[in-house]
Amino acid sequence: MTANDTLTVSASPMNAAAMTDAAVKPKMSARDVKVFYGTKEALHGVSVDIRRNEVLALIGPSGCGKSTFLRTLNRMNDTIDICRVQGQILLDDQDIYDPRLDVVQLRARVGMVFQKPNPFPKSIWDNITYGPKLHGLATRKDEFDHIVEVSLKRAGLWNEVKDRLLEPGTGLSGGQQQRLCIARAIAVSPEVILMDEPCSALDPIATAHIEELIDELRENFTIVIVTHNMQQAARVSQRTAFFHLGDLVEVGDTEEIFTNPRDERTQGYITGRYG
Amino acid sequence: MTDFAQPAQVASPQPDAISFHTSTAAEVRLKRRYAAERRFKMYGVVAISIAVAMLAWLLWTILHNGAGAFVRTELRLELTLDQARLDPQGTGNPAAIDKGLYQELVQEAVYKLFPEATSRSDRKALREMVSPVAGVFVAAQVIDDPSLLGRTVELGVPTSDAINQFAKGNIDRDAPPETRPLTDKQIGWYDQLVGQERISRTFNSTFFTGADSNYPELAGIWGALVGSLYTMLVTLVLALPIGVAAAIYLEEFAPKNRFTELIEVNINNLAAVPSIVFGLLGLAVFLNFFGMPRSAPLVGGIVLALLVVSTIIIAARAALKAVPPSIREAALGMGASKLQTVMHHVLPLAMPGIMTGTIIAMAHALGETAPLLMIGMNAFVTEAPTGILDSSAALPVQVYIWADKPERGFAELTSAAIMVLLVFLVLMNGTAIWLRRKFERRW
Repeated sequence: MTANDTLTVSASPMNAAAMTDAAVKPKMSARDVKVFYGTKEALHGVSVDIRRNEVLALIGPSGCGKSTFLRTLNRMNDTIDICRVQGQILLDDQDIYDPRLDVVQLRARVGMVFQKPNPFPKSIWDNITYGPKLHGLATRKDEFDHIVEVSLKRAGLWNEVKDRLLEPGTGLSGGQQQRLCIARAIAVSPEVILMDEPCSALDPIATAHIEELIDELRENFTIVIVTHNMQQAARVSQRTAFFHLGDLVEVGDTEEIFTNPRDERTQGYITGRYG
Repeated sequence: MTDFAQPAQVASPQPDAISFHTSTAAEVRLKRRYAAERRFKMYGVVAISIAVAMLAWLLWTILHNGAGAFVRTELRLELTLDQARLDPQGTGNPAAIDKGLYQELVQEAVYKLFPEATSRSDRKALREMVSPVAGVFVAAQVIDDPSLLGRTVELGVPTSDAINQFAKGNIDRDAPPETRPLTDKQIGWYDQLVGQERISRTFNSTFFTGADSNYPELAGIWGALVGSLYTMLVTLVLALPIGVAAAIYLEEFAPKNRFTELIEVNINNLAAVPSIVFGLLGLAVFLNFFGMPRSAPLVGGIVLALLVVSTIIIAARAALKAVPPSIREAALGMGASKLQTVMHHVLPLAMPGIMTGTIIAMAHALGETAPLLMIGMNAFVTEAPTGILDSSAALPVQVYIWADKPERGFAELTSAAIMVLLVFLVLMNGTAIWLRRKFERRW
């Protein structure tokens, strides 16, 4: 797994000065966020800052609430009838649960990539242009063509699909589909990208591709990634948050979480005693 | 094998695995299992064979009985279309001429064939050889070609139902005379006519162009077919949008609470309500309360729409449910509203399923008889309707009406009408299958 080794090196922490700068004004911040499914409390007061241009990894055993938390960040939980969210989540000082806030605009600013690659059963071109069309980012075909090219290039897919943009996106391989989904997400120029276990359905080579991509995307976007794979969290993220049974147990620099966890539960999880 | 029989030799409390699975007892068990599987397969084959045999029998009966309806026995007659007699006023318009005159012409031509038959009863017997509406056919040919007027021409006219059936072999020549509709004399005449090569068999185009009639020679399926098409049109226009809209609302937008649950249960139950109840509803509400026209495709269509809307809702909901949630998430995650998600992605993907369900529901509606009887679509209508407000029959009702008539000719027509109905049902179901195959998707 030499590819993975190089990735670990490439994902070394940012320099300290940049980090303090970023810490001054987080891109998003959650304060005492509680989520209820009916009467069951799934998240017990989570407070965490998401800093600009960094990758925050959310780890923890199944059912710990990390995906639930991720979905509160662009209000995907709204679609679940019985789901209720308490607390405050700020995106650039704006409360995203403010009733006056338009959820369409929020999702344009906070994009999402899902666990299973889910391209629309339409052409690659249609997949990428769907978001820009929806939000009115372009009107002319050449503008759309430009967006398609830039998005696919950023997602590292351009060279593989540039000759078959009108073929269905569902005809690509799993890893290509997931990069298409990433391209689709970045086509609307979001500020934050949420990724819900984006590599869990992919083989190791496709995974390495995506991880590399995440590291590049960090320059322009703020990324929150849920992952079951602790090596992946270590490779791609600058900071890591560990969830357990609906609690945010601890959050800190990735290196520190993995080498010197403060909490016994974190220690237990990362050493593989449970999970 | 012996290990199992002598547990003392077995070291572990469990019998030795290898010998356990190879013992005689195990072989017996295996044989029994195979036998059970063979038996089960046999039950299946027997069941299918019975079903196929029944179906084949049914189809064969219909084909056998109905094939004759497509053929008409004609008698070639020399007719003098005397203008002075047919059109004494000299209007020059063949359509204005009394049809009764043509019938007289036909009868006289028949008398001429057998000059020896002069008694009243013989002449009556002769008249009964040709159709009582043969004049209508002659008139139609003259209207088509007015130049025939004033000439003597040889024309084929339809024979009476009895001769027609006799010619097709449906009446036994050797049966006792009192049990058959033809006398020995008439049969003798018939044989003579065959000898003179005056009897011929032609394609019965009237069956496809005519409407209902008291005479099997004049009766056709066209009126009922047009009535059915108008009815189906009304049904489709009402049931498809209402059904799909209801399905989308219930599946994608409705909150899950007691009330929507109640609605759901009721929709599912609606599909099981006997169809005649819908007919009663149509009679009470649309005819008696709203005063809509009786026997009209409009009312028939509304009643059938009520009948099939639940089927369409159920099919459409299943199709919507089959669209993977990941597509919805993808669209919502891109910032599409719920309505946009449904309209841009979910509905187009569900459309083949919805169309399939709709076509099958329409096929169901096409064959539905009872509710149409309740709203008077069994009226005797001799012309094809020109709109949804005209009185009309419908295919299955036409079958029902004809099946009730005593003439042998209508028995043929009944089976032939069933064939036409079956052809439409097969076409519709075939389209449904084709759609399903064509748009089958991999996600």
